[in-house]
Amino acid sequence: MTTATLPAPARPRRLAPVTGLRNTFTLTWRSVLKIRTNMEDLVGLSLQPIMFLLLFTYVFGGAISGSTHAYLQLALPGLLVMTVVFATMGTGLMLNQDITGGVFDRFRSLPIARWAPLAGAVLGDMVRYLISVAVTLGFGMILGFRVSTGVLPALAATALLLTFALAMCWVSALIGMLVKSPQGVQMYGFLAMFPLVFGSNLLVPSGTMPGWLQAFVRVNPMTYLTSAERGLLTGGGVATPAIRALLWALGIFVVFAPLAVRAYRRRT
Amino acid sequence: MTNAIEASGLVKRFGKTTALDGVDLVARTGTVLGVLGPNGAGKTTAVRILATLLQPDGGQARVCGYDVVRQAHQVRESIGLTGQYASVDDGLSGINNLIMIGRLLGESRASARARAGELLERFGLTDAAQRAVKTYSGGMRRRLDLAASLVGHPRVLYLDEPTTGLDPRSRTDVWGMIRGLVADGVTVLLTTQYLDEADQLANDITVIDHGRVIAAGTPDQLKNATGGQVLEVSPADPAHRDRVFAVLAARTGATPATETETGMVRVPVADPVVLPVIIRDLDAAGVVLAEFSLRKASLDEVFFALTGTRAPDDPTQTRELERSAR
Repeated sequence: MTTATLPAPARPRRLAPVTGLRNTFTLTWRSVLKIRTNMEDLVGLSLQPIMFLLLFTYVFGGAISGSTHAYLQLALPGLLVMTVVFATMGTGLMLNQDITGGVFDRFRSLPIARWAPLAGAVLGDMVRYLISVAVTLGFGMILGFRVSTGVLPALAATALLLTFALAMCWVSALIGMLVKSPQGVQMYGFLAMFPLVFGSNLLVPSGTMPGWLQAFVRVNPMTYLTSAERGLLTGGGVATPAIRALLWALGIFVVFAPLAVRAYRRRT
Repeated sequence: MTNAIEASGLVKRFGKTTALDGVDLVARTGTVLGVLGPNGAGKTTAVRILATLLQPDGGQARVCGYDVVRQAHQVRESIGLTGQYASVDDGLSGINNLIMIGRLLGESRASARARAGELLERFGLTDAAQRAVKTYSGGMRRRLDLAASLVGHPRVLYLDEPTTGLDPRSRTDVWGMIRGLVADGVTVLLTTQYLDEADQLANDITVIDHGRVIAAGTPDQLKNATGGQVLEVSPADPAHRDRVFAVLAARTGATPATETETGMVRVPVADPVVLPVIIRDLDAAGVVLAEFSLRKASLDEVFFALTGTRAPDDPTQTRELERSAR
């Protein structure tokens, strides 16, 4: 390695938006690198969907749908939704670790855009979501799931999941900003996500649920997202549930992204 | 510019707690300013304000001529921050930590990589470059932290307790690196809980307690200003300790301290004129002396005299304070 001193680069006085974008991409690169070096995260991202698939298919399958194969066709789109929504919790967890560990203080002492660390973390997490979608879909197909619609609808299904995750991760980010410790993030995250995920048509048809629960299922964004995923992967109506899921995603984003950004500014 | 850091009347409140109550700090360009103070004195809050991480509620501060509130961006271009809270990323390798910062500062991929390699070599981390930081020892981590704060060639460097928790060997290494930086013209603001560290490194020292500056000056000035010199007397016969105590108390007007293990009696002396009188009195009292020495007060004694405490500073406390105030 060279020991010659490099001249300090001349930097602009004020931050141009393009500088903020470049900062964001550098920090996205950081997040993606961290997935590679953090074995626990990678194992969790890939083994958790596999575990869910095996358990739900073989424990619930026969009882709910008569056969595990028939159940897999019903449940896999729901499991995709569940996996991605749970994966968004990692966003809040990592933001919280970055803040409590002092990494964000380092970023804030640098002449970079204030919003870049947040944007970089969220963008980097899209890669994590993509991994969990790929593992769930791939392993589901090994177990016997068949996409009966085609490649393009399957790609659209993935895009819809990622779009929704991009909105949901702001809920997680907000929790990550408000809660003191990473353990707290995990607890509040599960408290927020579990009722949403299970109070839906994600794993079972909602016909046998009590009326008040059916009412909740009918407004739950997870229900629309799951219905849209089913339509895109195994056939059936897509437009209505997809539009409603996207509207929900937009609503969640519009409410929670500014709240998370505000909490971020206060916290750091 | 003669002063790299100029802060006057800094005030910071967290809820009902006043962390800083009008603090003045001055660091001359190219020198080391040591900031000392006991638990919760406000040192960490002061550094966070000077590093643009916190906004003051009152007073003002300029770093390299830039206002820390109105010209925060220019301040950030001039500073490096190392310590308990500005940390490196555990999940990345050593070299990627440094490359990331270089890229954030706008360097090209190639020059960020070159600068990272150069710094790793300078801090003896070349062999560990590819390893994740979470596998590093405490000393290696601290060196990488220091390297990370130097990527952008800062003109002012904040070191918040840079050697806390390090073994003596690593401490000496870090001291050597700090001296090297100062020789290159970098201005250093150092907070420390080790008085010998401040004594070794600092050109000027500011002592903070309860959010106020209680003393400022060179180490020698501080030592002279408080107590000046210390007289240490050991009788040959430990049974004569009480007689020594009585003579020293009578002649200096201060209350001597006694060391039980060695039998040494110690007292601050304002005016050396009393020494011959003390010797005559001790002789008259029949005390045979094993040791009789006059020395400059240590910074430790100065610190104790100023604050009435020897407790080390706890940097986590300020963060807790910040958080609980929200």
